[in-house]
Amino acid sequence: MKSTRALSRANRENTVRSVLTRLFRENRMAAVSFAVIILFILAAIFAPLLTPYSWEEMELIHRLNPPSAAHLFGTDEAGRDIFTRMLYGSRVSLLVGILPSMVSLAIGSLLGVTAGYYGGWLDAVIMRLADIVLAFPSMLLAMVLMYMLGGGLFNVFLTLSLVNWASAARIIRAETLQLKEREFVESARAIGVKSPKIIFRHILPNCVPTIIVLFTLNIPDSILTESSLSFLGLGVQPPAASWGLMVNAGRQFFYTSPWLCLFPGMAVMIIVLAFHFLGDGLRDILDPRRRKQ
Amino acid sequence: MKQIVQRLLQAVLVLFGVALLLFIMVRVIPGNPVAMMMGDHADPAAIERISHELGLDRPIHEQFFIYLRNVLRLDFGTSITLGRPVADLMTAAFPNTLKLAVCAAVFAWVTGIFCGIISAAYSNSFIDHLFMGISLLGLSMPVFLIAMVLQYVFAYHLHILPISGTDSWKSFILPAIALGWNCAGSVARLMRSSLLEVMEEDYIDTAYAKGRSHAGVLIFHALRNAFLPVVTMMAVQFSALISGAVITETVFSINGIGRLAAAAINGRDIPLLQGTVLFSTLAAVLGNLLADWLYLLLDPRITEAI
Repeated sequence: MKSTRALSRANRENTVRSVLTRLFRENRMAAVSFAVIILFILAAIFAPLLTPYSWEEMELIHRLNPPSAAHLFGTDEAGRDIFTRMLYGSRVSLLVGILPSMVSLAIGSLLGVTAGYYGGWLDAVIMRLADIVLAFPSMLLAMVLMYMLGGGLFNVFLTLSLVNWASAARIIRAETLQLKEREFVESARAIGVKSPKIIFRHILPNCVPTIIVLFTLNIPDSILTESSLSFLGLGVQPPAASWGLMVNAGRQFFYTSPWLCLFPGMAVMIIVLAFHFLGDGLRDILDPRRRKQ
Repeated sequence: MKQIVQRLLQAVLVLFGVALLLFIMVRVIPGNPVAMMMGDHADPAAIERISHELGLDRPIHEQFFIYLRNVLRLDFGTSITLGRPVADLMTAAFPNTLKLAVCAAVFAWVTGIFCGIISAAYSNSFIDHLFMGISLLGLSMPVFLIAMVLQYVFAYHLHILPISGTDSWKSFILPAIALGWNCAGSVARLMRSSLLEVMEEDYIDTAYAKGRSHAGVLIFHALRNAFLPVVTMMAVQFSALISGAVITETVFSINGIGRLAAAAINGRDIPLLQGTVLFSTLAAVLGNLLADWLYLLLDPRITEAI
């Protein structure tokens, strides 16, 4: 028992620290992106300390002011400070990126590992369901789910979690099929370890690098989908601040006051780019098939 | 041949599943959808009448079979909010979406493949870094932001192109660029890395040894194999284009399927929602099949293996 566990552990050579060190040493873009993400997260947490304004209080005398020293990114149609609203909006965007990615990765990994390990009808049912979910253009599936559930932040979480699990399930299943044939799994089975224990002790831990990469690359997708849903008015509802919603609200003033849309739109762009680079960098380090290159 | 038939059967099964899942999602909402649509002050008799007309008072499995039968006859019911048959509305909207999607795909693939090849041919040069930098913008910019910026610069500021609508072919230029932008970025990056990878193969050295020039090797020997992953990606991109069309059509006020779908959700219009989503998914599945078929055509290794 002890030896099989050691074998399966030897197969996982990456510790958090070694991965981060290599990431910073080998991939400058990923390192910069990591710093940008931390900065955004800190800004989201400490939003009230970073601005003298309130995100919802309207000051109609100051409506549609261009960017200035007092209002860094200008003010919107109700006289609210754009920078402040963006700080609070980053809470929505970051949460919407991270939480649903966690849930969909958890669902996808569990279903994928089950399908791959047990095979048979269970495999067939799970994978056909994944095929069906993947057949939908993702935006339209998200729209139907938002229709079903209604708007609001929590329902956006739920929708994004239900849209993105299928591709993860496919990839983890393929990984499980390979791991199932490895010696440490076979020897564990030979000494009578029960299947659920093999899955949680030996197979899932070895999928962790893949799961981390999928998770990081899932985040920008979720952020983009949320901003698109909110842009269509189907996602987070006003007066809450979300970057997509801010662009949507600013659209009618876009020609005269472009800053209403440009700054939140660019914020989406920067955070998406950062997660993208980080995911790519992590994949180069964690994916053994890519490591040779 | 056998493989194509197999894929086709698979696609039919998936589409059946899509219809079932869509039906479940739309009908699972608690409460009578008609009552929800008509608001609090609606006449109960009217609600009952419309529910009966839509067949919502029948047992749920019966409803599904009626719905399936109608879909197979291309009868998607009548839109509640617009009062016209959904099939008619979609026939009017489809050409616009098709034009938009085709223009966007052509723009994305032509510029993406071109920039990718140039970047690979002159890898690590200034032009490579420039193209790859631009492609990053393509990957990360939300569709609505590109669409609005293009509209602002070329239509509002420079007055070169129409701001919205579908009046002439010129109206499709900006929406097609906006929609194809993301796709062009990923195609360019994949084309570049795939070409660079193929250039490492032994048979490329052979081609050089035979005295081919750099450009000759690139075009006549490397390109065909380098295309394979790009074609696979095109299938995925097709579905993404349909997703992006919802946003693009909204920003540019184009009367297309995506905009109908958005309108259906805002009006809680079940027949219109089912029709547009089913139709878009059908288009995505067909696009996938087409890419599969193209892949088989391009890679004789797969066909021979069967």
